[in-house]
Amino acid sequence: MDADKVFKALADPSRRQLLDWLHGDNGQTLGELCEDLDMTRQAVTKHLALLEDANLVVTIRRGREKLHYLNPVPLHEIHERWIGKYERRRLQALHELKKGLEAKRGEGRQPKEERDGQAGIRVRHVYSHHA
Amino acid sequence: MDKPEFVYVTYIATTPEKLWKALLDGEITRQYWGYRNVSDNWKVGSTWRHERAYDDSGMVALVGKVVEFSPPRRLVLTWGVPADAANESKHSRVTFDIEPLSDTVRLTITHDQLEPGSEMERSIAEGWPKVLSNLKTLLETGHTLPKFEFFKQ
Repeated sequence: MDADKVFKALADPSRRQLLDWLHGDNGQTLGELCEDLDMTRQAVTKHLALLEDANLVVTIRRGREKLHYLNPVPLHEIHERWIGKYERRRLQALHELKKGLEAKRGEGRQPKEERDGQAGIRVRHVYSHHA
Repeated sequence: MDKPEFVYVTYIATTPEKLWKALLDGEITRQYWGYRNVSDNWKVGSTWRHERAYDDSGMVALVGKVVEFSPPRRLVLTWGVPADAANESKHSRVTFDIEPLSDTVRLTITHDQLEPGSEMERSIAEGWPKVLSNLKTLLETGHTLPKFEFFKQ
């Protein structure tokens, strides 16, 4: 992994938004990605090339189409580099707590996957292991 | 034609032969995956299984068949929970593509035919990046990242 490329690729809100779209719906064509974004096709193409060069996006051919996938492997390597094995579970518990509390407070404003009512359950689940 | 649900890529400083062995040798998969990949005979049509190795249970976590076996370039396995062992229509499919570059190897994992919204789909989205970064570390440094306690989660 080239960490410089990964951080450079992430240091742009449009590219992070592209990753968000792929996280929500993996395997999209350039055309599909352009529909969702307020950017020219040329700009999206350029951003995708940078993301692909950083190995954050991978593409496969399906017939005449090129599909784009989010590749979180380099992000996982960054995570492994700074997060120790003992911190991992505590950080996960904190993250679940934050997600659960914020989902309750901002009902209706959260992304769909966080609104499914499971966040609160997961908080209890996490704490049952740590009690 | 359905599109694959997940495609993962990692670059590993190793040889295709060493990487191929690391996918099929249960003693090696135990080190970076926490599970042993086992087959009585790795060839097309054989069954394979994924046995828990982070404890002594030997519990079978996944079962499937070998669909394509082209060492050291391409391995295709079906992938199902033991409860669906006989019900192959419920199995998903994993393709490992190994492509040698100048001083590194590109490993592409394509996971398709997954049931949307299934537990399998959720656990895979979390599982592959961990397994791949651990595999890379093992092949490049000879040891794995902090003990694979996270496989138990």
